[in-house]
Amino acid sequence: MALSKRRRVLPGFGLSVGYTLAFLGLIVLLPLAALAWKASGIGVAGLLHLLAAPRTQAALKLSFGGALAASLINALFGLLVAWVLVRYRFPGRRLLDALVDLPFALPTAVAGIALTALYAPNGWLGHAFDAFGVRIAYTQLGVGIAMVFVGFPFVVRTLQPVLESMDRDVEEAAESLGARRSQTFTRVILPVLVPALLTGFALALARAVGEYGSVIFIAGNMPMRTEIAPLLIVQKLEQFDYAGAAALGVVMLGFSFVMLVALSLLQRWSRRWAEALP
Amino acid sequence: MKKKTILFLLALLTLFAAGNASAKNITLLNVSYDPTRELYQDLNRSFAAQWKAQHGDNVVIRMSHGGSGTQARSVADGLPADVVTLALAYDIDALADRGLLARNWQQRLPDNASPYTSTIVFLVRKGNPKHIKDWPDLIKPGVQVITPNPKTSGGARWNFLAAWGYALKQPGGSEAKARAFVHALFQHVPVLDTGARGATNTFVQRGMGDVLLAWENEAFLAQRELGKDRFDIVVPSMTILAEPPVAVVDANVAKDGNRAVAEAYLKFLYTPQAQDIEARHFYRPRLAAVAQKYATQFPAVKTFTIAQLFGDWRKAQAKFFADGGVFDQIGPGSQPDR
Repeated sequence: MALSKRRRVLPGFGLSVGYTLAFLGLIVLLPLAALAWKASGIGVAGLLHLLAAPRTQAALKLSFGGALAASLINALFGLLVAWVLVRYRFPGRRLLDALVDLPFALPTAVAGIALTALYAPNGWLGHAFDAFGVRIAYTQLGVGIAMVFVGFPFVVRTLQPVLESMDRDVEEAAESLGARRSQTFTRVILPVLVPALLTGFALALARAVGEYGSVIFIAGNMPMRTEIAPLLIVQKLEQFDYAGAAALGVVMLGFSFVMLVALSLLQRWSRRWAEALP
Repeated sequence: MKKKTILFLLALLTLFAAGNASAKNITLLNVSYDPTRELYQDLNRSFAAQWKAQHGDNVVIRMSHGGSGTQARSVADGLPADVVTLALAYDIDALADRGLLARNWQQRLPDNASPYTSTIVFLVRKGNPKHIKDWPDLIKPGVQVITPNPKTSGGARWNFLAAWGYALKQPGGSEAKARAFVHALFQHVPVLDTGARGATNTFVQRGMGDVLLAWENEAFLAQRELGKDRFDIVVPSMTILAEPPVAVVDANVAKDGNRAVAEAYLKFLYTPQAQDIEARHFYRPRLAAVAQKYATQFPAVKTFTIAQLFGDWRKAQAKFFADGGVFDQIGPGSQPDR
């Protein structure tokens, strides 16, 4: 971690850091600065007015609430899938493993159309659920499902390497020392996994918050109910309201930033907790 | 591929060697909206042939398609379009506001700079099970209407204004009655897609709704692509005359020196030859002679225009679709107290 303190085996520290900073600046910071600059056109009063609008609040609530729920689901099932893929050997495992990445590779619009086709009232799954009076497509549930879909690989892929590097001896030791299975899981396995789990959760969350392409197909986009915040941004752009669009972007960025900072604090705390365990 | 390129280069060389070197290659960029893809493929081919015959130069017209508003934004942000052929005048007005073309662009060509028109019609399921004949049928109990979001879709703005205009033009019609009608109409809308094609998909593929408010050309296209046995087109008693406008982007043609070709290209859209192509792609032609030929395809319908009812697109946009405008006040999710 502390790169500067370690004696460096390879030369070129200055050069590589220089490139890193230049690259980050060009690819990440510059667009963000441009965004902030565009957003500044709206002024503080404009921003407050924007935030006070019930539609803005509803959309932000849906985007962040939906993303939070979707990432929690992904954390749970991602852990399960990663566990199965690492710990068990069964025919078709490699295929399953490759499948996990598909949501990464699929253009989001295609994902959105496929999900909608499946969950629409005349679609396969949608039809079955409709019989029980449950609507999925064109409801907030549909938004959540699209968010689960796009965020899923993050949790699995961040957990897998950690699980693979975990020594089974530790579990066996715990068992031979008389730990119950639940104790082995909560006191031996979980502490090691939690930091990676949180990373995966944060990545899935960030992805779901900003997701546009797949969600708009399945959401129905009804104001106050199924309208996500990125769609509001598009609507502002459609009226050539660049400042308003950028301001909403900055607001989303701010929320995301706070959440990611909170998560990384949680992560640090969880590491210490893991180290403090006997 | 490679062989072809070499052959092509050789052919070019021979052309030059033969002393025929005066033929220039001209490239135009036409930035258009979504449903015109097939239309302009055909139009461009005819125009290129005509230009070649008359002037000996090769014109290649490159196309860019997308949502009308998105396309206008790209041009505003520097996409070097020589001509824009968009869904509504507001989007070209926005370019004029940014100084890319003269503010009087709509007077520079005949017919409000719209060589072809369309209307808003109803696409219903085969046999018209809900008996939808006219606008009032859309707000009967149990009828679901599919239309995209006017905030994001040019086509949806035409839909909205068609409904508004119909209610306004009825005997005893008033602003308040139009407001009430459109408010009621949007209570029957279960999904708001972001674009016209998306709404068509929702209606056709997802089986949502009983009626789709659509461009006439899109309705014909849907019927042709998906079979006449699945959908009927219902033409209401009165609808809006949608005028998709075209314009030369002054700032860009001044830079690349394409003004003459660009202007000729747009004028070509008004010629009998082009009007025939437009009619074949389900756009209503302006020329009476061509309209006559396709009279069976396009049923006569009473129409009103933006200019007649709302002044112009700028005013209509500001009143209805700007943030806090009429659509926000009476559309889905609106706050009744505001």
